[in-house]
Amino acid sequence: MKMITAVIKPFKLDEVREALGEIGVSGVTVTEVKGFGRQKGHTELYRGAEYVVDFLPKVKVEVALAESMVENAVEAITKAASTGKIGDGKIFISQLDDAIRIRTGETGPEAI
Amino acid sequence: MNEIFELQYALDTFYFLMCGALVMWMAAGFAMLEAGLVRSKNTTEILTKNIALFAVACTMYMICGYAIMYGGDIFLSSITGDGATGAEEPATYAPSADFYFQVVFVATAMSIVSGSVAERMKLWAFLAFAVVMSGFIYPMEGSWTWGGNAVFGMYTLGDLGFSDFAGSGIVHLAGASAALAGVLLLGARKGKYGTNGSINAIPGANLPMATLGTFILWLGWFGFNGGSVLATASVESANAVAVVFMNTNAAASGGLIGALIVARIMFGKADLTMALNGALAGLVAITAEPSTPTALQATLFGAMGGVLVVFSIITLDKLKIDDPVGAISVHGVVGLLGLLLVPLTNDGSSFSGQLIGAATIFVWVFGASLVVWGVLKATMGIRVSEEEEFSGVDISECGMEAYPEFVSSKS
Repeated sequence: MKMITAVIKPFKLDEVREALGEIGVSGVTVTEVKGFGRQKGHTELYRGAEYVVDFLPKVKVEVALAESMVENAVEAITKAASTGKIGDGKIFISQLDDAIRIRTGETGPEAI
Repeated sequence: MNEIFELQYALDTFYFLMCGALVMWMAAGFAMLEAGLVRSKNTTEILTKNIALFAVACTMYMICGYAIMYGGDIFLSSITGDGATGAEEPATYAPSADFYFQVVFVATAMSIVSGSVAERMKLWAFLAFAVVMSGFIYPMEGSWTWGGNAVFGMYTLGDLGFSDFAGSGIVHLAGASAALAGVLLLGARKGKYGTNGSINAIPGANLPMATLGTFILWLGWFGFNGGSVLATASVESANAVAVVFMNTNAAASGGLIGALIVARIMFGKADLTMALNGALAGLVAITAEPSTPTALQATLFGAMGGVLVVFSIITLDKLKIDDPVGAISVHGVVGLLGLLLVPLTNDGSSFSGQLIGAATIFVWVFGASLVVWGVLKATMGIRVSEEEEFSGVDISECGMEAYPEFVSSKS
């Protein structure tokens, strides 16, 4: 099993969710996050005084899934979240040791 | 004839009371404006200050403030029930209605102070100052102006051609002078000015609230200026009231447009908080004389206030005078402008009279406030600790957050 963590532009969330649904992903966890990458921050003015927006708002999508689906999921997210401009985000893939469905006690891929 | 007089008396008294109620509502406007322009961790405390200062101001003005300003006895004990027969000069309204209308102005002057010292002043030091300000400092300068008394027996402002219709100087400049004295002794909020000379923004937490507050103030100002005609039940006074309403509204509009355009040109974007300050600046600018300008003049006077307030706020920031809501600029700098605009449309006033009046108000209120703030600083302290300021005065002063999250109660 793998855990895919995608950090994307907030306005692309609906499209990413739809794309993941189409390839059979049955559940995701979404968090509103802030951070910076190559896009860096920008400055704004409030009452004439400058302030720096160092951390830009992004959405973090976490998907746990069987190894066989990883390639499709990455392709779906990449396609749905891409605008071609700086700040589109990143996808991280990590090993997932186990998963347990709390209601039934099922473990492993069946629990996802 | 007597019946007509009774009708006039009833209508004038009713009008006076309703205008007073509108001005009372301005306290809500200040509370919302200030709560919107501070950070969320300081919301409960600024709200507590705003509603408590209103109660303190009303009580102190009842105890001795009104007597100092207009004569009569302490505790309002000599206020008679009938203004038509009881008073020395027959009035067309009840004496207690006059008290009610005057008392809400004191609270307005005090509300101006609370915004400037927000986010770092001790609650009880502020309320202690409110006691002296509304019971003594404000009534003294009020007695020299609307009260008609000589300034320490030296000169009488009215004779010098000083005219302040509804209080650009007497209420607004006075409140700002007290605020300036407090801010100078209090210092800036931590993080506002960097060690390398940078000026940092500390954005307000709730702009819908600040906007609602400005709308409330705008509405309340019709009572502030409109009520200052003191009567409405004759053709002459009804006409005057209508002109005052029209000009008050025009000036607020001009002020907002002026500030919004200047902010857009200077900052590249429409700064809402500056636009809000601009509307209030327009209102302050017209308050000294809303009855004689034409509607166009009122709009232009307001616009001048709106433009001036933006530059004033930026200048105060450069001088490291930290005023989170811009009250010193809106009420002080533009209050002075309002006074100086009066002779342009009102022949009964003079520039020299206006300058002497403004100087008298400023020197007295600023000086007396400096002494009171200084005594408070030396005794109980006026500033919260650095750690309390960082975690927010809501918890350290009031023990509760405005928007509690993650609170679990032990059952």
